[in-house]
Amino acid sequence: MKQLNAILEGVGSVVQLFLKSLSYAGTLPRQGSRFIEQCYMIGYTTLPIVAILSFFIGTVLALEAGYAMEGFGAKEFIGSLVGLSMARELGPMMTSVLLAGRVGSAIAAELASMKVYQEIDALTTMNIPPAKILVLPRLAAVLVMMPVLIIIANIVGWFGGSVVARYVSYVGISPESYFAALRHYTKFKDVINGIEKAEVFGFVVVLVCCDIGLNTKGGPREIGAAVTRAVVVSLILILVLDYFVTKILL
Amino acid sequence: MDALSCSKTRNPFTGAEANAVGVKVAGVNKSYAGTPVLHDISFDVLPGEIFVIMGPSGSGKSVLLRLIAGLESPTTGSITVDGQDPCLEETRDRVRLALVFQAGALFNSLSVYDNLALYPREHRSGDEASIRQKVMHALKILSVEDAVNKFPSELSGGMKKRVSIARALVMEPQLLLYDEPTSELDPVMSATITEIIATLKNEYSVTSIVVTHDRSLALTISNRVGILMEGKLITLGTPAELKATKDPVLVDFLNPKIDIAHPRFKKLETQETTT
Repeated sequence: MKQLNAILEGVGSVVQLFLKSLSYAGTLPRQGSRFIEQCYMIGYTTLPIVAILSFFIGTVLALEAGYAMEGFGAKEFIGSLVGLSMARELGPMMTSVLLAGRVGSAIAAELASMKVYQEIDALTTMNIPPAKILVLPRLAAVLVMMPVLIIIANIVGWFGGSVVARYVSYVGISPESYFAALRHYTKFKDVINGIEKAEVFGFVVVLVCCDIGLNTKGGPREIGAAVTRAVVVSLILILVLDYFVTKILL
Repeated sequence: MDALSCSKTRNPFTGAEANAVGVKVAGVNKSYAGTPVLHDISFDVLPGEIFVIMGPSGSGKSVLLRLIAGLESPTTGSITVDGQDPCLEETRDRVRLALVFQAGALFNSLSVYDNLALYPREHRSGDEASIRQKVMHALKILSVEDAVNKFPSELSGGMKKRVSIARALVMEPQLLLYDEPTSELDPVMSATITEIIATLKNEYSVTSIVVTHDRSLALTISNRVGILMEGKLITLGTPAELKATKDPVLVDFLNPKIDIAHPRFKKLETQETTT
């Protein structure tokens, strides 16, 4: 019962923060520098690790698909499997997991430390709502940067698959047939569905991490606890939401 | 007109007059998880006065200041600033209230200049040139203009305190709250901060509420002093009244004497020898 209360309180707090941030949406044009700074943090600094991860996800998918499909004589379809898996599921999900680990933890740590060291209180007494200058630019930035990250993750992942398809002996199909199958079976709609999923995941991750950071209570020790909580809750939410969003999009 | 909302204060930057505000604390109780921290606190702070709240550590002084600043709500009772609840955003829109935090609470990711410029920028009070003028003027009043391009992590404790007061000053406050403004400072810096608080009151008639342990600050610059002990306001009076008090509890608190012949020191000595 106590845990259910805590969950409901958490949901209520996140919804409140979302509505409050939304009410300041009109101030976003005046917060250009904060928005660009967050785009840099969420997009640019996450890009290398997203690219590396996606490349290897693509290679592993191609390896496994090659191994499994060899028995059916269907190796030509490896491209379709890698293409669809990356676009619909692994691209958005793994990018969101990375976002939670890298960006979500940083957001929770920054806001929790601002709370513990009374910077949030200082903003409140100055009548500058934290939702306006700390949360809104981050939410806007994640909505803009997630599609960019997903498109790059997909392209790099597909390329990773093609490298394995070409150079691993038991797979051994040409890049032309790999990409032909990929193009034939991976539709534009699949890529869009993946981007929509990632938008939902990214938005929720940033919102939850902001909320956990802003609601930190106690001393410096609580900053670490807030970061752990933010990452764990984000990962759970990504997996739970993945089912529901996939169900809706199918 | 209400006695708590009728004095005039002068803007430190433009010299223009504005309303100084009064504070009314009525029957305030505050508890955390069922543990009472403040019991039935009531007092008024008149516009333009320096009201000092003193008391031993853990007596609830800072909690009371947070309630007045609107950062928390009382469990029961009411607090009004210029007749309005300080927790409401509308009150903060109307009444300029600044709080100088014990540890400064400067924004670590911003330079001193940006720390001070944040409020006027967010509230669109003037163009960048006039904001710069305000910021530099406030830093000059506090004698920290050399720190303008530094970051809070590069400042000493005393400088942080002064920058924090300068940040409050840029807000052109009608009510200025100080939480332990002289704690962790050397005697010279403490005296400087005390002078600054008195100057702000004398020159600009800002209503000030100061929470402190500093007896000399309390008794030299305040108009009235309230003493909190174990969450209760045990006395309220002018510095002269407090100096003349015969109440043994207050005399002990205001003039602590170290008696090394006291049994508790003997006990410590015995413990040290045993270990």
